[in-house]
Amino acid sequence: MSVLSKMRVRVIDPDVVADTDDRRGSESNAGPASGSNAEVVRRLVARMTTPLLPDDYLHMVNPLWSARELRGKIIEVIPETSDAATLVIKPGWGWNVNYQAGQYVGIGVRLSGKWHWRSYSISSAPGTGGARYQRRPLTITVKAMPEGFLSEHLVRGLEPGTIVRLALPQGEFVLPDPPPAKVLFWTGGSGITPVMSMLRTLERRGTMPDLVHIHSAPTRESAIFREERLALASRHSGLQVIENFDDEHGVLDGGRLIEVCPDWKSRETWVCGPAPMLAAAEMQWEKSRLTKKLHLERFSAVLTTSAEGGHVVFAASDKAADVDGATTLLEAGEAAGIQMPFGCRMGICHTCIVPLKKGVVKDLRNGTEYQENAGVQTCITAAAGDCVLEI
Amino acid sequence: MAISDVATFAHLSEADVDALGREFDAIRRDIEESRGADDAAYISRIISIQRRLMVAARLTLFASSFPAAWVAGTAMLAAGKILENMEIGHNVMHGQWDWMNDPEIHSGTWEWDTTCPADQWKHSHNFVHHTFTNVIGKDNDVGYGILRVTSDQKWHPVHLGQPVYNALLALLFEWGVALNDLDIEAIRKHEKDPKEIKRQLKGIWRKVRRQVGKDYIIFPMLSGPNFLTTLSANVTANLVRNLWSYMIIFCGHFPDGAEKFTEEELENESKAEWYLRQILGSANFDGSRLLHVMAGSLGYQIEHHLFPDLPSNRYPEIAERVRALCEKYDVPYTIGPLYRQYGQVLRTILRLSLPTKSVPPVPDAPGLRRASLEELRTHAGTMAPQAAVS
Repeated sequence: MSVLSKMRVRVIDPDVVADTDDRRGSESNAGPASGSNAEVVRRLVARMTTPLLPDDYLHMVNPLWSARELRGKIIEVIPETSDAATLVIKPGWGWNVNYQAGQYVGIGVRLSGKWHWRSYSISSAPGTGGARYQRRPLTITVKAMPEGFLSEHLVRGLEPGTIVRLALPQGEFVLPDPPPAKVLFWTGGSGITPVMSMLRTLERRGTMPDLVHIHSAPTRESAIFREERLALASRHSGLQVIENFDDEHGVLDGGRLIEVCPDWKSRETWVCGPAPMLAAAEMQWEKSRLTKKLHLERFSAVLTTSAEGGHVVFAASDKAADVDGATTLLEAGEAAGIQMPFGCRMGICHTCIVPLKKGVVKDLRNGTEYQENAGVQTCITAAAGDCVLEI
Repeated sequence: MAISDVATFAHLSEADVDALGREFDAIRRDIEESRGADDAAYISRIISIQRRLMVAARLTLFASSFPAAWVAGTAMLAAGKILENMEIGHNVMHGQWDWMNDPEIHSGTWEWDTTCPADQWKHSHNFVHHTFTNVIGKDNDVGYGILRVTSDQKWHPVHLGQPVYNALLALLFEWGVALNDLDIEAIRKHEKDPKEIKRQLKGIWRKVRRQVGKDYIIFPMLSGPNFLTTLSANVTANLVRNLWSYMIIFCGHFPDGAEKFTEEELENESKAEWYLRQILGSANFDGSRLLHVMAGSLGYQIEHHLFPDLPSNRYPEIAERVRALCEKYDVPYTIGPLYRQYGQVLRTILRLSLPTKSVPPVPDAPGLRRASLEELRTHAGTMAPQAAVS
């Protein structure tokens, strides 16, 4: 979700985000505390702080006392393997939502003055209900990627006490409650994280089904949460943990999978891992026309791109266009018949800014790339691959 | 006399103009590439100081019946509002800090502590004024539709009242700014869609209600028995802010040496010529670091107009490079102390209230790098003959 549009949704129209069961009722998303009294007080105080919000002053006292932008504090960094760590994050005001096991969360980290956003699966189990559980710390588990300067920073450079920004949890890769009777989890590498949240949730709720969990890692040492998974299996007779270490057993592909889990067809399946693994799973399940039973989580690392042009979706206008790498987003939008905000058309006035929801766009003047969660000047940027604009 | 071709005016050949343009592009690139934690810390610090000032001012004014508290509270409130409008609001809304990717300090979300709604300001200022800078008939900031600030504007008997309008505009500056994007001139000529006028008025009314409610109702009422003294303190603080921002802003384009342009100049204007127009049309003033911060870095008006969306804390170093380039290419760079710049503005406004056509004479002071039209013409004749002919 774009930073700008997210803010608009939260501040101006809290109802828009309050449309899921979890968030309905007392759990308004716009206030530091739940309940309409707090909301009334907040609105009255906002009359005094206008044009700012009370939060803009309060977060100077305690960085977590702001619901304007969701904030969190890193309270612990737990090394998991040589290149992965779990971040324990205490959410601040406004985090009045309960996530579902398997969802991911956007995390914004400031590096050299600039906020960088990435999404990571939550690895902790959600609270079992009730507002007082919802501000419990949550954890994400991050693996340092060879060229991912941000993941590297998250794993090795983050001090406890650091303030991060958070985006609301989202994602369809979730486990129903109660879970299906027969389940298969197939994970690879850091794809374990959302499934770890599911396993922890199943244990906490006492609803562990007949479950086979196959996890692949390059080596025994690089397998994240290994001890905890084995301990879980020893406590739950219904949970069977199968490990595959590429250096010892070779890469586990679709063919090997059906060998180690012969009754895979009868199991509702969740798969999360590197792209080749997802492709293998998709093919396997498609062959047997069982895709309805297959849930995939795709991680697409947003890195630099050499793509030029692409399919541009104007989300709010419900329009799209295929444009080349020399056409500005402003021109593309106007050609598609959208009332785009515009000004100087030369990149100086910043009145044409539109939030970039997905994808990468490029500044035509100097090649600077902007990624999702940024507001982009449409008059001097062009699509670098497929992208979605919030207009 | 308004300029219709900046290159000819500045006695530069086409190649020189292009080279100059590339030099300015290089400055932009260098600053963009070196933006980092220090710059982010700067704006955070200014914002933090400003918010502390506001809290301290409001608290102090609860005791506004004590003269010392009234004076201290009013001073802090005025300083806080000036900082907010000038160094923070104006610059944030220009997108100077958008690169931080922080929605709380972003041109797309910032709303400032004055009656003018941010979206209307961004239209009339960021777009119209900064794109069509000093082009008569296009840039509404040339006299704000009320004042005759250049002899290129036709005199009308209504201009006899200029000294009064000027004083009123200074006192009520915040309200003038709020109405600026409405473009009264266009409304009078029936050039404006009534729906758009209604939408803008609604936006202004919403903002005015909140601003007036806060300063003139809620805080005085919270002061209880000190209602009246807090009210007078708040009125005074807003007034001080009005006078200060009026003075600073009038020193941007109305002192001697800040040229005006005709619409012809805009035809086929290149990016390099656009840069040149920004330099020729703007005037700087010098002063201490504190003065510059309180002036929203508009003492670097030239640099601000060249690079309106680069962080204001970098203008001093940009100014060194711009000045050196102006020396190199012999382009006038207008600068002087604040009192003299404003003195020239005031004198021009008074003089042009009469149907005079004469350009105010230009005093030549040591250390002042500027050139009169005649001087430039001489230069054009001697230094770049081909440009002068074209």
